[in-house]
Amino acid sequence: MMDGQIAQILQLALNGAAIGSIYALVALGLVMTYKATEVLNFAHGDLLMASAFIGWGLITFAGMPFWLAVLLTVIIAAIVGYLLDAYVLRIIVGQPQFAGVMLTIALAFMIRGGVSMAFGPTSRTYPTPWDGKTTKIGSVVITDLNLVIVAAALIVTALLFVFLRRTALGTAVQAASQNQLAAYLCGIKVKTLNSLVWAIAGGIAAICGLLLAPIALVDIGLWFVVLKALAALVLGGFGSMPGAIVGGLTIGMIEQFAGVYLPDGFKDVMAYLVLIVVLVIWPRGLMAEAHGRRV
Amino acid sequence: MRFHYDTSYLDQSRLLRYPRDKLLYGALFGVLALIPFLLPRYYVGEITYLFILSIASLGLMVLTGFTGQVSLGHAAFVAIGAYAHTYLLTLGVPFAVSAFGACSLAALIGFCIGLPAIRVSGLYLAMVTLAFSIVVEHVLGRWTSVTGGYSGLTVPSPVIFGVNLGGLVPFYFLCLTFLAVTVLLLHNLLSDRTGRAFIGVRDSEAAASGLGIWTAGYKVLAFVVSAFVMGLAGVLMAHKVQYLTPEGFGLIQSMEFVLMVVIGGLGSLRGAIFGAVLIGLLPTAISKLKPMLPSVVSGQFGLETFLFGLILALFVLFEPGGINARWIKLKALLQTFPLYRKDTYKRGRTYMKSERYR
Repeated sequence: MMDGQIAQILQLALNGAAIGSIYALVALGLVMTYKATEVLNFAHGDLLMASAFIGWGLITFAGMPFWLAVLLTVIIAAIVGYLLDAYVLRIIVGQPQFAGVMLTIALAFMIRGGVSMAFGPTSRTYPTPWDGKTTKIGSVVITDLNLVIVAAALIVTALLFVFLRRTALGTAVQAASQNQLAAYLCGIKVKTLNSLVWAIAGGIAAICGLLLAPIALVDIGLWFVVLKALAALVLGGFGSMPGAIVGGLTIGMIEQFAGVYLPDGFKDVMAYLVLIVVLVIWPRGLMAEAHGRRV
Repeated sequence: MRFHYDTSYLDQSRLLRYPRDKLLYGALFGVLALIPFLLPRYYVGEITYLFILSIASLGLMVLTGFTGQVSLGHAAFVAIGAYAHTYLLTLGVPFAVSAFGACSLAALIGFCIGLPAIRVSGLYLAMVTLAFSIVVEHVLGRWTSVTGGYSGLTVPSPVIFGVNLGGLVPFYFLCLTFLAVTVLLLHNLLSDRTGRAFIGVRDSEAAASGLGIWTAGYKVLAFVVSAFVMGLAGVLMAHKVQYLTPEGFGLIQSMEFVLMVVIGGLGSLRGAIFGAVLIGLLPTAISKLKPMLPSVVSGQFGLETFLFGLILALFVLFEPGGINARWIKLKALLQTFPLYRKDTYKRGRTYMKSERYR
């Protein structure tokens, strides 16, 4: 009896970690653009959804090998991210934060409309190298897809960490996000770097889209994941990368455990209830940056 | 730039300041009163819907346009108003009591959601309201004994003092009356001490606080007023759609309300109505335009979403003041005709200004 319960808890924790990794990755993309340009990118989820459709097109329509299609999709999404920042969001620099929210919501509508015009309302699916495979660890069975998701999340996070902490370019990105004017005076190309950050965020969105599509089908509704990611982001505290990861994993776990241990219907709502309660107690999230109030 | 030449403090809060205003608003009301007798029935229904949207848009404008608190979940208050009203009507409560009760319930819940707003601000607050609306949508779907769940709930027709106002034309006038009363009350509220306090909270909370304005109280008050008006929109919406489902009050609806106030022009009641009219007419306009487009484009699923996004993007990029700003510029052009300078309303050079530390 006890063994069964422990096994169930382990199983739920692993599933929660897998789905939480996706939320954390999506939230990471949001944090990057928020830190660089102070725009909360509501179009992130739609970029993710569009990437899943592009991936489907490359794999089933153009008949490309899986890994080549993944690479191409990431590159396309990165270019889109770069262009969005360089030519669209640059126009509203200096306006209140809310303008960025509105503009990205507008872009989100346009991407959503564009994708449904191009691909129609049907959902699709594409083959992956890990379809239907499972791995048994002790008494816990986990699908290979979930393992791949966790691995991808770890790799992307590690790469980002190395990039931001150990390379000259990464340091420049951090400098630009902390104080644009000072970075400018040090000879850092702030505009290009901001667009580069958007490109990286676009690439991360594409990876998330490609990982999520085998679970949730290639569908217009994929953008909804951005709501969970936003909840994760706020839970962790805006502008904090560790916060995004902790928030994402927390939301993933809450969902899995609420689905089993709480009455029917709480699975979809629990994450948001926790979010409201956390914000009422800690108004700037769990791991907010420590900043004084400036008048 | 035009200036108002005030000769007394009361001039600022007068409703119709110039003889021209009396003429124009009188003409507007004349036209609105004649519409149901001149236009085909379809358009009368559409315009009634625009009135209801305008009330909702006004409700959000109080919160977002005047106190600067962004809510991404205001459709939830409309839903609460609509469901509470329908529930009370089916219990046999008279229309007036039921409508007031529904609005009060919405206001009470607005009070509860406003309380976190004292501490939570900006994007965090937007997320609280977003989460709140998602929770409300799920509750409406699950609480089947009251709401009928996802299978829906039928709304009885409005009967006031024994008169059935469910018909097309009576309902048109009912909505018009509610809209006019809402505009008048909100205009009075916002051009008074309360309105100035709201604007103070929006422009600089620290400065407002320094001037002795009870910022926490006014933030919550804005939520209460806003939720009450949204509840009223919900009451009328219930009678308009006649069949309630939780999907009708989802995230997309909340986003549309935000679109209305932004496209209309934040910080003006007139803008709220402009925005509601534009967003409300858009689906009809697109469906009318479709036959004129080549079939490759018009047959596409998602065209409407795309155009919504495009219009919003163009407004945010090129006219951040919304339709209201455009209206003021047009008026200035006509009034000062040969002397209008193109740079009158030019925005100053802007730099990246961090809001992280606010």
